[in-house]
Amino acid sequence: MLDIIQTYGLYYLIGQYPNGPLGGLLMTLILAASALVLAFPVGVVLALCRISPFAILRVPVTGMVYVLRGTPLLMVIFWAYFLLPTLTGQRTDQFGTMLVALVIFDGVYLAEIIRAGILGLPRGQMESSRSLGFSYLSTMLLVILPQAFRNMLPSLVNQFVSTIKETSLGYIISLSEVSFVASQISAQLPTKPIEIYALLGLTYFVMCFSLSRFAYWLEKHLAVRSAKV
Amino acid sequence: MNTFDLSVVLSGQYHEWLVSGFLLSIQLALITLVIALPLAIVLAVLRLAPYAPLRGISIIYVEAIRNVPLLAHMLFWYFGAPELLPAGIKAWIYQHNIEAVSAVIALVLYTAAYMAEDIRSGLRAIPKEQMEAGRTLGFGFISTMRLVILPQSLRVTVPPLISQTLNLWKNTSIAMVIGVAEMMYQAQQVESATFRGFESFAVTTAGYVSVSIVITLLSSWYQQRYPVRSA
Repeated sequence: MLDIIQTYGLYYLIGQYPNGPLGGLLMTLILAASALVLAFPVGVVLALCRISPFAILRVPVTGMVYVLRGTPLLMVIFWAYFLLPTLTGQRTDQFGTMLVALVIFDGVYLAEIIRAGILGLPRGQMESSRSLGFSYLSTMLLVILPQAFRNMLPSLVNQFVSTIKETSLGYIISLSEVSFVASQISAQLPTKPIEIYALLGLTYFVMCFSLSRFAYWLEKHLAVRSAKV
Repeated sequence: MNTFDLSVVLSGQYHEWLVSGFLLSIQLALITLVIALPLAIVLAVLRLAPYAPLRGISIIYVEAIRNVPLLAHMLFWYFGAPELLPAGIKAWIYQHNIEAVSAVIALVLYTAAYMAEDIRSGLRAIPKEQMEAGRTLGFGFISTMRLVILPQSLRVTVPPLISQTLNLWKNTSIAMVIGVAEMMYQAQQVESATFRGFESFAVTTAGYVSVSIVITLLSSWYQQRYPVRSA
């Protein structure tokens, strides 16, 4: 396995960069991070619609959340692959397609995490802030969301783990993330599929396991702190 | 752009492709469920076993499987694992439906890891006095689990297991990567044969969502019919 890492290690980590497009493990991480960061505002808006008192916001968004949660991510990727060029009028590259699909898909899951975070706070927070003269939106931004954010931090890290795992589906649209790069290496070394795919699994395991341990630590750490308050 | 015309995918040859994909997806999900559930129960019970090595096996299994994407599992079982087999068996297995077998192996291992965690948290919800009382009355660890703990934990465990089944249903779509002709694969085939991606994907999405809704309804029906009894 060592000779594979020696020959293809750099390709595995960063793709063909600097002589060609960026790829490999770095691409996976960039994609997962940017998807989560962009999905967060989407999640906040969807969560606010989900708990809104106005049926015109609540009902369609709730319906959308149910439909998207009943759809495989692969289906969303296919829709993005197919619809984006039609809607924007220009060719979208694989990275853009995957990013849009992940932002929509993760936005829906984040919305549920954020909604639970907001609903987990005592009602008194909203009521006292409103009676102090803050509007609904300022209360949300200044009082509710910062407190909710702390409570949902462990879930957000876990969602990042899921997002890293989800980026592997970029393989299907030939996005050069780490799974695709692994299959390319395997095509060049047809006798060593076991080593290559075991290495791929190990890579994901190291990233995801350490992150989920971190989420677990965060959960305990934050729980102790809030108990003191 | 062509006008939206569902008739292409609602009758004739392409309709048959999609229906056969849908049926294969259902088959994959059901076969996986039937094998994964007992495996998950074994893993969950091992996790609570009185011997540390047994607990270790279960922890390592669950963490190793859950932290690797299903796609990597599929690639490994399809491209990697058959290489380990002796040439005779390999030739035999390649003549048969190796794609579907690899997909089912990957799905079973992956789903069982998640279900084991759900079952374990259900088992932990049962007060430990139940186990102690069972053991005091002379039942062994396995008998106490089977006769006392597992039946009581069903009410807590079934709803999360149903939502894992929903995940399983969605995960069957990933089997298309290794060429299993399930619904997603057929949707793409129809799209490339007819250039009617919109219709093909709309019907496929409806297929996925309708089964998902049935599973979700099943879960809420169960929670209403068998609510968690608080002691």
